[in-house]
Amino acid sequence: MADSDVLNASVSDLQRMLSARAISSEELVKTCLGQIEAENDALNAVITLCGDQALSDAREADQVLSRGDGKPLTGIPLLHKDIFCTKGVRTTCGSHMLETFEPAYDATVVARLKAAGTVTLGKCNMDEFAMGSSNETSFFGAVKNPWDLDCVPGGSSGGSAAALAAGFAPLVTGTDTGGSIRQPASLCGITGLKPTYGRVSRLGIIAFASSLDQAGPMARSAEDCAHMLTAMSGIDAGDSTSADRAVPDFAAALNGKIEGLRIGIPREYFNDALNPKVRERIMAALSQLEKAGAQLIDIDLPHTHYAIATYYVIAPAEASANLARYDGVRFGHRCDDPIDLEDLYLRSRSEGFGEEVQRRILVGTYALSSGFYDAYFNKAQQVRRIIADDFHRAFETVDVIAGPSAPNVAFQCGTKQQDPVAMYMEDIYTLAVNLAGLPGLSTPAGLINGMPVGLQLIGKAFDEATILNTAHRLQQDTDWHTYRPNFGTFQS
Amino acid sequence: MSVTPEDIEKVALLARLSISESELPEVTERFSKVLDLVDELNTINTDGVVPMSNPHDMTQRLRADTVTSHTAREALMASAPAQASGYFLVPKVID
Amino acid sequence: MSWEMVMGLEVHLQLATQSKIFSGSATQFGAEPNCQADPVDLGMPGMLPVLNEEAVRHAVKFGLGIGATIGERSVFDRKNYFYPDLPKGYQVSQFFAPIVCEGVFEVPMADGSLLPIRITRAHLEEDAGKSVHDIFPRETGIDLNRAGTPLLEIVTEPDFRTAEQAVAYLKALHSLVTYLGISDGNMAEGSMRCDINISLRERGTDALGTRTEIKNVNSFRFVERAIHVECERQADILDDGGRITQETRLYDAEQNVTRSMRSKEVANDYRYFPEPDLLPIEIDAAYIEAVRATLPELPGAKRERFVSDYGLSEYDATLLIPNHAMASFFEAVVNHCHAAKPAANWILGDLLGALNRSDIAIEKSPISAQQLAGLINRIEDGTLSSKLAKQVFDAMWEGLGEADEIIESRELKQVSDTGALETMVAEVIAANPDQVAQYLAADEVKRKKLSGFFVGQIMKASQGQANPKLLNQLLLEKLAAQS
Repeated sequence: MADSDVLNASVSDLQRMLSARAISSEELVKTCLGQIEAENDALNAVITLCGDQALSDAREADQVLSRGDGKPLTGIPLLHKDIFCTKGVRTTCGSHMLETFEPAYDATVVARLKAAGTVTLGKCNMDEFAMGSSNETSFFGAVKNPWDLDCVPGGSSGGSAAALAAGFAPLVTGTDTGGSIRQPASLCGITGLKPTYGRVSRLGIIAFASSLDQAGPMARSAEDCAHMLTAMSGIDAGDSTSADRAVPDFAAALNGKIEGLRIGIPREYFNDALNPKVRERIMAALSQLEKAGAQLIDIDLPHTHYAIATYYVIAPAEASANLARYDGVRFGHRCDDPIDLEDLYLRSRSEGFGEEVQRRILVGTYALSSGFYDAYFNKAQQVRRIIADDFHRAFETVDVIAGPSAPNVAFQCGTKQQDPVAMYMEDIYTLAVNLAGLPGLSTPAGLINGMPVGLQLIGKAFDEATILNTAHRLQQDTDWHTYRPNFGTFQS
Repeated sequence: MSVTPEDIEKVALLARLSISESELPEVTERFSKVLDLVDELNTINTDGVVPMSNPHDMTQRLRADTVTSHTAREALMASAPAQASGYFLVPKVID
Repeated sequence: MSWEMVMGLEVHLQLATQSKIFSGSATQFGAEPNCQADPVDLGMPGMLPVLNEEAVRHAVKFGLGIGATIGERSVFDRKNYFYPDLPKGYQVSQFFAPIVCEGVFEVPMADGSLLPIRITRAHLEEDAGKSVHDIFPRETGIDLNRAGTPLLEIVTEPDFRTAEQAVAYLKALHSLVTYLGISDGNMAEGSMRCDINISLRERGTDALGTRTEIKNVNSFRFVERAIHVECERQADILDDGGRITQETRLYDAEQNVTRSMRSKEVANDYRYFPEPDLLPIEIDAAYIEAVRATLPELPGAKRERFVSDYGLSEYDATLLIPNHAMASFFEAVVNHCHAAKPAANWILGDLLGALNRSDIAIEKSPISAQQLAGLINRIEDGTLSSKLAKQVFDAMWEGLGEADEIIESRELKQVSDTGALETMVAEVIAANPDQVAQYLAADEVKRKKLSGFFVGQIMKASQGQANPKLLNQLLLEKLAAQS
């Protein structure tokens, strides 16, 4: 079997091969590591490799498989966004602040995926502290989009998305605070799911904005995402905000039946900000769903416009507190020869954090400060409820809401870095979903001039199953999710 | 609402970030752009709306009062930038 | 100018739990530095808090104990400030919606009256770690063992006018929380720490003056002294036409002065906002009633009962009540001897004296309640004179057994046999004719004094065992018969 077949295969296919002993986990891991070694210099998607550990874990997985005890993910290689704490493995969050930080613990997600049999290959680059939409704010350098090395992969899970698209691993983890799984998934032509807030434990995930952060799967298909989501999900006694909800077998529930499914099309998601060519692709995807029996219904999410303002108060405010622990005292970067405590704080933090992170800390601090709390933070929390109510009202008449994941295809590196507000606009269609705590998914919807477009599907709270099934049906009826970038191994 | 460089300096001190004189004008300008963006919030009526701190109206679970952590100090302090005799060290603080 | 002090108190009470408020680390005092701090306590990346149910129960108990309203829905908030012993850069506290709302706490004063103090609120929060300044020459050491210990911060209205009131409140509070079992109240170990907000105003006026806050005073005595010196300091400034600066001050017990805290000079803006890692605590009526059912008898009710049921004076009751163990000891003694007043006297007198001399808590008293009751029973039935009783008490203290055993082995029984006493009286009168003559010649007043000589002689002869009451009666009869 050619390497490119393995690097293209779905988790279900790989699992069949592994169970049939057509390939060993060790061979699979070696192939992935080889691909990373060959292609990562061009992409900068992976910043830490754990090759030896991965090979040893793979051999262990092979033993399990040979005993016939394999589970759906046993022996499947995986990369983690470098926001997940990994015991004994450097966890940087894309920041100079944590350049040498080695946690003494695994994140719950890491532990659960390990328990499900996956093999961790390494850690993916990301926007610093998950703050960015282009993966250009990383201390470890920008990540390139494998579809066009002059373009960004999206962010903040840009390293994860680029790695997956480039065949580095069949599964990657991401986190999504305002679109950080869905937007890079869209820009890199893969499937990415942000689960319902509370579905997946946040314990051990380096916090950006606690009431918005949620980890999720990124993979080559909805089915692969479903396998991974089943393994990641569930209540965690260590995370008070994790939900006490039964976790279905998301993959087993995929039947592709969407006849009669009511899909809401929010007028506000097809506004002037949307690239007309992206609109065409989205409409094409929607008609596919209609052809499959779904019913398209125009709906209104009238306060969509306010999502950006609301998000850029709440997320920085929470971040300003979450990032206060990086003070140069117990872990992380400390400046040289501090003359006193204030000097220690000021220099350690200013040296350790990059520009975007500092800007958001400043904005958040401002929004919470005396005299501004009511006008900014409290107001934003009120508007948050209004935005969430828009969704609740819409879901009285529809089962799924669909629209674009991002207003554009991947843009050129460096073009929006100087203008934070232009960058923030990239998340215009994804932010509201985090504010409302709903599940959202991006699935490929074809290409524009060789660059991928993503269709976003938004579900009711804790109803990931329906959006996964909708995406699954689309992926059965189209081949968009099988498109690969003209890059490295896949070069035609 | 526009902010002055002095406002930025005040906020930076609260956040323990140092901004050099030379950076201050640009930081202020970009900060102001973000602030202009979020000032849109003032155009929506929120009278009587209960602020939403968390997406689901869940309540706090409680943990049994048992000791479950058995600290390995060496492992946890391995990444400490300055330590001695089991203490983290900072420059002398005078109360 | 005549100044009136106006004070409000904030007490930080460490709650007695096995583990911390948001982590599974132990809370014991005095461990090696940073050995009771897990990743949550250290504020390490990705760590999250989970609330300890016992901390919530303790807070509710306190609220019920002072008859306060319990917040149906209380919320944790982040209080943001940088300090090296505050690992996350914020303290998880309750600002907008505390778990205990308004209540009134009745403080028993020395004169037996009750002083009502309005409690503004009490909220749950996490303690900070400790900064150690005296180990390293150029550095401050940070020990985070204490970080995350559950605290209840109890805030009063500015209802205090004297240092005595403040101390009485603190003592009553200490008594309440130890009765409730929610804190050990150990001030020396920092389990109960007091911040004093203090201002002066011209007597007879209503407006509040500018206040200062004296932080972390850790004994009743220091609270009293700190209030006095701060009051004098403020009065001096005001008398000179000066103005008080609103600031945080520290009481220096060695110099007996308060001084401004330099570290608090940068004006703080705590930027409170709801803690997104925790959800609202909902407390329903059923929970409250279940907790209420577990409440012990509280000091106020117990004091009333001691006065009405046992006939104790307010004074004795007030001395017995504050220490829960002492009150229980008293009741145990009374259960075995049914003589409340003597029981109170013995406990507050000889027993407490002996315990204090040996620095022993009443829980560890070498004389059990049952033993003390045995002694009191022998006094009540006339077996022992008070003098003999003290000998028995001393022997019991030495661990020589029950009162009856000691009486038996030492033959300490009081001689109440009239015949035997009459013989002794007769012998002493016969042996001292001069004194008898003197006695007979004297007037009433002098006679009383002179009779002491004969009592002494007889006591000596009886080795102290003569029943003094009976002896006196017989002696006076015999002497009168001589004339």
